[in-house]
Amino acid sequence: MNFLSYLISGISLGSVYALIALGYTMVYGIAKMLNFAHGDVIMIGGFVMFTAVSSAGTSPLVAIVCGIIVCTVLGVVIEKVAYKPLRNATPLAVLITAIGVSYLLQNAALLIFGSAAQSFPVLIEVPDWEITEGLTVTGVTLVTICVTIVIMIALMLFMRYTKPGAAMQAVAEDRGAAQLMGVSVNSTISLTFAIGSALAAVASLLLCSAYPQISPYTGAMPGIKAFVAAVFGGIGSIPGAMIGGILLGVIENLSKAYISSQLSDAIVFGVLILVLLIKPTGILGRKMAEKV
Amino acid sequence: MKKFKELNKATRNNTVTYIIVALMFVFCIVYTETGMASNLFQGILVPICVNVILAVSLNLTVGILGELSLGHAGFMCVGAFVGSLFSVMTAASMDAALLRFPLALLLGGVAAGIVGILVGIPVLRLRGDYLAIVTLAFGEIIKNIVNNLYVVTDAGGLHVALGVDAYNAMEIDAASSEVYINGAMGITGTPKDSTYIIGFVLIFITLIVVQNLVNSRTGRAIMAIRDNRIAAEATGINITKYKLIAFALSAFFAGVAGALYSHNLASLSAIKFDYNYSILILVFVVLGGIGSMRGSVIAAVILTALPELLRGLDSYRMLIYAIILIVMMLVNNNEQLSYYKNKLFGGLSAQLSGRSRKQKEVS
Amino acid sequence: MTAMLETKNLGISFGGLKAVDGLSLTIEKGQLYGMIGPNGAGKTTVFNLLTGVYKPTSGNFFLDGEKLTGCSTIEINKKGIARTFQNIRLFSQLSVLDNVKVGLHNDYRYAAATGVFRLPAYFRTEKAMNEKALELLEVFGLAAEKDYLSSNLPYGKQRKLEIARALATAPKLLLLDEPAAGMNPNETQELMETIRFVRDHFDMTILLIEHDMRLVAGICEELTVLNFGTVLAQGPTAKVLKDPEVIKAYLGE
Repeated sequence: MNFLSYLISGISLGSVYALIALGYTMVYGIAKMLNFAHGDVIMIGGFVMFTAVSSAGTSPLVAIVCGIIVCTVLGVVIEKVAYKPLRNATPLAVLITAIGVSYLLQNAALLIFGSAAQSFPVLIEVPDWEITEGLTVTGVTLVTICVTIVIMIALMLFMRYTKPGAAMQAVAEDRGAAQLMGVSVNSTISLTFAIGSALAAVASLLLCSAYPQISPYTGAMPGIKAFVAAVFGGIGSIPGAMIGGILLGVIENLSKAYISSQLSDAIVFGVLILVLLIKPTGILGRKMAEKV
Repeated sequence: MKKFKELNKATRNNTVTYIIVALMFVFCIVYTETGMASNLFQGILVPICVNVILAVSLNLTVGILGELSLGHAGFMCVGAFVGSLFSVMTAASMDAALLRFPLALLLGGVAAGIVGILVGIPVLRLRGDYLAIVTLAFGEIIKNIVNNLYVVTDAGGLHVALGVDAYNAMEIDAASSEVYINGAMGITGTPKDSTYIIGFVLIFITLIVVQNLVNSRTGRAIMAIRDNRIAAEATGINITKYKLIAFALSAFFAGVAGALYSHNLASLSAIKFDYNYSILILVFVVLGGIGSMRGSVIAAVILTALPELLRGLDSYRMLIYAIILIVMMLVNNNEQLSYYKNKLFGGLSAQLSGRSRKQKEVS
Repeated sequence: MTAMLETKNLGISFGGLKAVDGLSLTIEKGQLYGMIGPNGAGKTTVFNLLTGVYKPTSGNFFLDGEKLTGCSTIEINKKGIARTFQNIRLFSQLSVLDNVKVGLHNDYRYAAATGVFRLPAYFRTEKAMNEKALELLEVFGLAAEKDYLSSNLPYGKQRKLEIARALATAPKLLLLDEPAAGMNPNETQELMETIRFVRDHFDMTILLIEHDMRLVAGICEELTVLNFGTVLAQGPTAKVLKDPEVIKAYLGE
């Protein structure tokens, strides 16, 4: 019985990882860069919702909408200011810049909100569901899993059936060729960052609701773990992000329960290392050969 | 003087770096020996030396090998704990700090170097972003493991446990037991052997080894791999071997720096060696100029000394580091921005960091 | 006498697609041999097979009688095959001299520790390396630019430096991948002379891939024409270029 409840909370945690991993995987596939700051966008989203409810006293819905808008704008601005000037730079330069942005967001939040964790208000009010005696699924868990599934399906439909979705796939495949075919690479990349960051806002709502705390460091670890999930599932693949995220969440929760709670992070990173060594393309990723 | 001009550019450049470090050293001696130095100033000298060694060693990986390592603090952690453990265990039997401390430094470095090889064998098969994230992962794993490590001796010998449950389950003869590494509490009672004089000696050793390596057959092979892996392979360069040499040597000096660091503190816990410390070292390297050892030295000195001397800046320090990272990358890697930079500052920044690249472009 | 390079039925397929199929050719020592063919005919793939970047799925190849099939890129270079690349691949942040010195890496040795501690062997070997590298640079008229950053060289000189670097590895066989790509007629003319000089001066065997027909007709003694990964024609240059099949493949119907 215990195992089942660990499994379910693992799936819930994994769903959050999956949402964050989507942002990584789309940006990596399309802009060919590791957006290190993604996890910190989540943290900012959390603080926006926190401030809206706690200080401004808005309703939960307004707070959530504010969070999504701020994250979307933030994502696009980061791309325009920090990453766009480096389109032709070495991957090393882009990665260091992304680390810089991550650090900037974290420390700006540190200055504004302080380092202490604050309790996150209840924004999702859904009753718990008691499946059988002793096995209860919390409302937040239910919402998390449902929201993730809905977003995942919507995103896949978007990629398959809309023009901007097709443009994204084209830019991911071959940026130069897409440009020649009349696809605006800049606006496609902007849109990618917008979608990824909006998803980050949703992820921050779910993350902060499940673990009702917020601090400037809230986004860092889940961000890195979600990247692990994206690699696990195969970078660039949307269903891969889903599978990778959920698997990672389950692995993390089960190792916390049955192996060691202090070493669970080490185990999660161990998974990343194993995956990259055994199958660097992940579960659903495609092999990208280097042309000689 | 004539002889100096005859030397090639690399040798001249290196010599200037040694002179700068020597001048700093002389300044420190005069300043402290004459009693003018405040306690604060004396207190930051060893941390400055530690950070200089870290920056130069990370620059070997980032600037010369061309791969981003985000786990440098992990290697430092290994060196710190191994060095401290050795000193604490031998404190009673080996009295002379003259022998014990160099051994502790060496052991810390060798242990970190071995971990560097073990980590490097799988990691160096990857490239770019994946390599960076895996080094980060290894850094966190090392921190996580050391943070849960218990090393105890009793009449029955040495006991090592991983995790508090395993520690509690151990059968230890309480009467004769002595706890050396106590999980998250870390290690206490390390003799305070570190001095800035030893620190400067280590800086010199690090610089000489790294710069001599770079300007040798081995260094050329490493840089060839950085510039074009496929061409290097086709030219008969053993990619894995040279990547591993650079990575392990970088880890070795991080370990030495770790041991220097730990012998400056009465107690030490693994939490110190987190991802943020790795980023801090990266900031030194980036600000000083990727690939420029002299730049790393100067940047590490300034960025370690400034926040300590200007306490008011403390809360903004990290924010400033973040901005440094972003601005340096944008200015150096965007054609338009680097044009303005050159217009504004001319060759000043190139002179400061001693990048031979710029000089060659002019000639 | 054994041939310098011999391939027997060499082929590779990528997921069922035969990129190169049944390639057999023989290059004698000191020969200047050309490989031509339309885009996508599999020419560069042949180079990648001969340098171990790809492992052949069928057939074998021999250098000076020694079977090299299945060897790694590094081993093959050490055995004596050096190459240049279609899209120039220099060590861009190294000086012109150092680019060539990387090529000397395996013939002029000292341990890493010798370099770190600056033992006498370091100075001795470095001096010998500098002399040898300068000698090579002089052959290509690059000695004056020895301290330039290689990426700052003009295009034509970058191509030459790549050849110099390949020669520094002391190969028995030199593979040149479209050496005249992006050059104007004057530069091409000069390049032809350089290639001929390399052959005579170093007693080198050269296999080159080329699009520029003038270059091929001007210097190659024998040709293999590839089309869709298979050999369309083979033999002395003059004869091959008159082959109606070859003309058809190049000019269409």
